[in-house]
Amino acid sequence: MKDVIIIGGGVIGCGIARELARYQADVAVLEKGNDVSVGTSKANSGIVHGGFDAKPNTLKAKYNVSGNAMFDELSRELDFPFRRNGSMVLCFDEAQIDGLQELYDRGIANGVRDMYIIRGNAELKKLEPYVSDKAVAALVVPNGGIVSPYEMTVAYAENAAVNGVEFRFLSEVSAISKDNGVFTVTCSDGYSEQARVVINAAGVYADIINNMVCEDKLHITARKGDYVLMDKTCGYLADHTLFQLPSKMGKGVLVTPTTHGNILVGPTATDVDDKSDVNTTAEELNEAFTKASITVPSLARRNIITQFSGLRAHLDTDDFVIGESTVEGFYNVAGIESPGLSCAPAIACDIAARVSSKLQLKEKLHFQAKRKGIPQFSKLSNTEREKLIDQNPLYGKIVCRCEVVTEGEIVDSIRRPVGAKDLDGVKRRTRAGMGRCQAGFCTPRIMEIIARELGCDMQDVTKLGGKSNVVIGRTK
Amino acid sequence: MSREMICINCPMGCRLTVDDADKANITVTGNTCPRGVTYAVNEVTAPKRMVTGSVKVQGGTIPMVSVKTREAIPKELIFKSLELLKNVTLTAPVHIGDVAAADICGCGVDFIVTKNVDRV
Amino acid sequence: MIKVNLVIVGGGPAGLAAAKSAYDAGERDILILEREAELGGILNQCIHNGFGLHTFKEELTGPEYASRYIDEVVKRGITYKLNATVIDVSNNKTVTYVSAQDGLVQVQAKAVILACGCRERPRGAINIAGMRGAGVFSAGTAQKLVNIDGYLPGKEVVILGSGDIGLIMARRMTFEGAHVQAVVELMPFSSGLNRNIVQCLNDFDIPLYFSHTVVNIKGRERVEGVVIAQVDDRLQPIKETERFIPCDTLLLSVGLLPENELAKNAEVQLSPTTGGAVVDENLMTNVEGVFECGNVLHVHDLVDFVSAESENAGVRAADYINGVTPCREKTVISCTNGVRYCVPTVLNRDEVYAPQSFKMRVANVFKKVELAVLADGVKVYGRKRPVVAPGEMENINLTAEQMKMLKQAKSVEITLIKGE
Repeated sequence: MKDVIIIGGGVIGCGIARELARYQADVAVLEKGNDVSVGTSKANSGIVHGGFDAKPNTLKAKYNVSGNAMFDELSRELDFPFRRNGSMVLCFDEAQIDGLQELYDRGIANGVRDMYIIRGNAELKKLEPYVSDKAVAALVVPNGGIVSPYEMTVAYAENAAVNGVEFRFLSEVSAISKDNGVFTVTCSDGYSEQARVVINAAGVYADIINNMVCEDKLHITARKGDYVLMDKTCGYLADHTLFQLPSKMGKGVLVTPTTHGNILVGPTATDVDDKSDVNTTAEELNEAFTKASITVPSLARRNIITQFSGLRAHLDTDDFVIGESTVEGFYNVAGIESPGLSCAPAIACDIAARVSSKLQLKEKLHFQAKRKGIPQFSKLSNTEREKLIDQNPLYGKIVCRCEVVTEGEIVDSIRRPVGAKDLDGVKRRTRAGMGRCQAGFCTPRIMEIIARELGCDMQDVTKLGGKSNVVIGRTK
Repeated sequence: MSREMICINCPMGCRLTVDDADKANITVTGNTCPRGVTYAVNEVTAPKRMVTGSVKVQGGTIPMVSVKTREAIPKELIFKSLELLKNVTLTAPVHIGDVAAADICGCGVDFIVTKNVDRV
Repeated sequence: MIKVNLVIVGGGPAGLAAAKSAYDAGERDILILEREAELGGILNQCIHNGFGLHTFKEELTGPEYASRYIDEVVKRGITYKLNATVIDVSNNKTVTYVSAQDGLVQVQAKAVILACGCRERPRGAINIAGMRGAGVFSAGTAQKLVNIDGYLPGKEVVILGSGDIGLIMARRMTFEGAHVQAVVELMPFSSGLNRNIVQCLNDFDIPLYFSHTVVNIKGRERVEGVVIAQVDDRLQPIKETERFIPCDTLLLSVGLLPENELAKNAEVQLSPTTGGAVVDENLMTNVEGVFECGNVLHVHDLVDFVSAESENAGVRAADYINGVTPCREKTVISCTNGVRYCVPTVLNRDEVYAPQSFKMRVANVFKKVELAVLADGVKVYGRKRPVVAPGEMENINLTAEQMKMLKQAKSVEITLIKGE
């Protein structure tokens, strides 16, 4: 029997797992995918929001402001990419400048600090030289930031695993029952386990999990957002995260640098029926790009390197549902849409605190709070590189040319706790295959490395688990 | 009967016109070199193709080595010849020109190796 | 820091030919840096025949063609490093490479030849919507998996793009037991060679749909099919013509891009048209002593032309090392009336009048045109062609006398004269 079962290996589930790992408890994470961070956590804007956008007195507002403040220390502790680049909300119409003031006031009510409004295109261009000539004013939010959401999730998971949390993959929860105060969680692969506490962090599926247990039903709409990722060569086009002030034209899209120096634009917003529908559509990609060009007109389509879409878990109530449900011991963390990533550290600590007090858990004596990420060859100095190759010659073998990723990093990503098992897993951890050639050159090489490290055949190597095998057999 | 075809002998891809009304005296126009005539006549009488592929190699620096037919073989033997390659395993070292499979389907043409592979 | 006169980045057909000719021009201190485990570059996976007719007067497969040049390099005792990836070239010609064996090494060169080839355009760059599971490959990746590694990417295949790699892969997949449903081409014409349409598609009754494209990819974990549609004159898909083709594999052969990241580091000026460097007739870039040749300079149709161009670069690099200084004054060659680009891009206004080969491509299919080179508006070279197409690189071979006229002119123009 486990003390706690966490359903869902996204940033919320892994975050809670890591914070619970501080205690003497038997904790397991069940994830239906082949890896952590394969749902909403892998495909979103990667923004740490300032906290001015959420309505005051909502859970979104509360956790956003407290979560935002935790990122500097957390990113150092767990060694994941984060930068406080600041956000700007741009206004393109003199008549709507009041809208900026409204956001400012809301930010003050939420406890956001250091915001200010600037007026005049010339002033804007001092901060963002490539912003449109038509922008007339902006709300500047210095505490806005950017984070690599999947690397953050992986960091949480690795650190949780090092501190004793068990991770089970391809484990889709099919039933939950409660007898004599003990939950039995059953998975479609036949796995079954008992637990004193169950935490529902199932993202867009959190309603389904909740409805297995609780009388108070939830309904989550999967809201799809398409994104366009631009080559690093146009990374200079934006330094702040640039939002558009919502207008009669709609909510607008953002243009932001990523922690790795690309430019990301999006998202669109389309409600979809199928919770696995991450189909991009030509119309939405076009919409995202066209809207982004309003902010930065010099974005050029030829610099697009890829597109993707992600699903956001939208509850009808428009706020998060967080905490113990009407069923004792069953905790919901549901409806985690924007600014959910920004909230994650605060939510994780809060839930861990509540669960530990519920179960009267004692703190571990030897909790390992620090995690060191995979050494990134491309970011090192030549002296550091020399040293690294000297220690391990695999760092002298460059596999991904575009992002300059070495075999050493790829091997490390596979051998780590909660290591990569497929091409996408390697990509999220090392960036191999994420560059401008989009894995054209390195796919066969990475397949070989995965097969060798996992002791399987090339034919068994998948792109993202399941039946996504890259090749179907030998020619001879 | 007159028909148009593209000569595949070289990348020039000449557009040929072939008249084979008189089987004994097939006329070809549009060619830039004599090989065009041979190609066109073959194409209307007994078409041939070069076939390339790969076979397994043991104990070498790479797992597969490329091969080709020494010269073009009858078109209808293409798939039979490829089937043959599935059962061939060479042992390194192998050298360009080594015979990988002799006398393909009795047509008198061999598959030969097109790449040098050293022993590990 | 070690010192080498000539560093050649890339041991494919361009680098090998450049090394051989630089050696023959008297340069002995040469280092080839190759990132793969063997010399030969992309030719190693091009196991089909069709190479070498111009260079060797016989038809060879890719590996055979490569081995001819590898033999030449080995015979001359030219130094090369394998598994050695160049990570930086500075504009003062310091080349930094890494390898498991040597660690990180900095080489100070007198001249550098960039011969690093090109890469394929990926799915993202052409905006195909849909799912992102397994089964979408660039044609070259599939070619490596099949020909080098011996694995079959899929059974039911659709190919987008009728360039030569797409056509060759249609036949290869057929040979290896897969079924190619169709080759889909955005343009109303193929950029591949006619012979390849005959021997790779027609021979196996593989349909080729012109003015069509793939608009969506279906299937969650693995491709389950693609939606294709006809496109209008502006190359936009026509909704009513959409049609689903079930398949498990989509191969993309949608163009090649010169791989110029190192050139950018070295502050080499690039041409927006070719994606390669702006070079003079010596194939030298704006950075003195840095040369480019082969597919990193502009994408060629035939490896024979890559070899010829690269041999020229090798000789010029040797000349440069021997003290031949480049001329400061340049004439920019203007391309007009349907000529998309010309290599070289600029001419030195010096008094070296040697025979020279210009390479050019047109922007569209034109019939009955004359390729002409004008010096101050006067035709110094003309060649009538029944048809020219973007897929076929045209060679313009100029005599020393013609080069003299061009170099002395104030303006040089390459143009198409249409009509009879």
